[in-house]
Amino acid sequence: MSNENTILGAIEPELADKIVSNRRNVFTRYAKAAGFLTSAPLVLALASNQAFGQGLPQQITDTLNFALTLEYLEAAFYDQGNKSGVIPAKYRSVFRTIGQHENAHVKLLKSVLGSAAVAAPAVDFTAGGKYADVWENFDTFLTLSQTFEDLGVAAYKGQAGNLMGSREVLTVALQIHSVEARHASEVRRIGLKFGWDGAFDKPLSKNAVLAAATPFLA
Amino acid sequence: MQSTTSLSRRHLLKWAGAGTTVAIASAVLPNFGISSALAAELGDGDIGVLNYAYALEQLEAAFYTQVLDNPFANMQVNDQRILKQIRDHEIAHRDFLKRALGSNAIPALEVDFSAVDFSSRASVLGTADVFENLGVAAYNGAGQLIATPDYLIAAGSIVSVEARHAAAIADLLRPFSAEAAGRGNVDARGLDKALLPSKVLPKAAPFIVTEVTAATLP
Repeated sequence: MSNENTILGAIEPELADKIVSNRRNVFTRYAKAAGFLTSAPLVLALASNQAFGQGLPQQITDTLNFALTLEYLEAAFYDQGNKSGVIPAKYRSVFRTIGQHENAHVKLLKSVLGSAAVAAPAVDFTAGGKYADVWENFDTFLTLSQTFEDLGVAAYKGQAGNLMGSREVLTVALQIHSVEARHASEVRRIGLKFGWDGAFDKPLSKNAVLAAATPFLA
Repeated sequence: MQSTTSLSRRHLLKWAGAGTTVAIASAVLPNFGISSALAAELGDGDIGVLNYAYALEQLEAAFYTQVLDNPFANMQVNDQRILKQIRDHEIAHRDFLKRALGSNAIPALEVDFSAVDFSSRASVLGTADVFENLGVAAYNGAGQLIATPDYLIAAGSIVSVEARHAAAIADLLRPFSAEAAGRGNVDARGLDKALLPSKVLPKAAPFIVTEVTAATLP
């Protein structure tokens, strides 16, 4: 019958709290062991604005370029991953879709920034050999995917305040931010986790994001 | 053009409890004879935006509470675990906003889920899909209306969790599908939807009995 409840009911309240909190830690331990707190990107614009980049305030340009760098990183990751054969057949449509979105984000941010756009960084998804099997071991690929997606969510969120000077740019950034969150949720799901860490997602500062992303920039 | 009276009610929306969406255009607004106990005006500026979010979170929290109080037939453990967590998140969002609003908070709204068949998994998940995606679009569209940076970050901390929910619900409907990664809600530019309150409120209207007005929100 209700074995579960009976067992839980027999446990002292404090012990139950301890068990619950320990179990919760299991969900974050994996990410922490990999050296990450969350995942990565940033911001936005309307496809019709060509010379927008030159006319934007420096703070917005800088923020958009930060976002663009993260999007370059994500797009390159999925471009390589989708070609590598590391992704099992049942998950391919998910990662193909995510890759399409990340490439669309790159294109959009570049169009907004115009000549102010930074160039794509050189990347190393093995992070100097730490994730040497990223293109052969799906668990490793999935770990990095979740890291990039959660990092993107936290990064855009952390930068939203810097974009309040432009309603259009802020809105586009928010429209990317929630897409990264969809990705993060589904990638976690594939990893047999819940799609979230709790009721509220935390923002990350630019420095924290860069610290997490830097190992993958060659 | 419009008279002073109709201008002041340009964005007045009646959230009717009928089974159909009611979007009332400016010139045809009837005089509702609203009694204060049965109506809620969201208010101006940041208060208005937070009340708007509070209204949507009330709707979601009430929905998932009912889902778990009346589980559909043969609810699988996986469905239940995910729906329970989403319910708890929505309650946390609702309570957080209520606390933030203090005495400015609108009253508790009366909801109407008569259009939902709680005994049907398809009906429940289909409704959840609508609510989560509406929530994402609503927060994305409301960000630009927020003046206080801290409120923007708070809204950002909620919207990405709503997006995570949307992906999780899409995954329950179609496991490991492109839709679970955002297809259908994300456009060719890689952007999620962003809707203003005047577009969102009529979509929520069929589920809310209390008359909710947004006299000054766009």
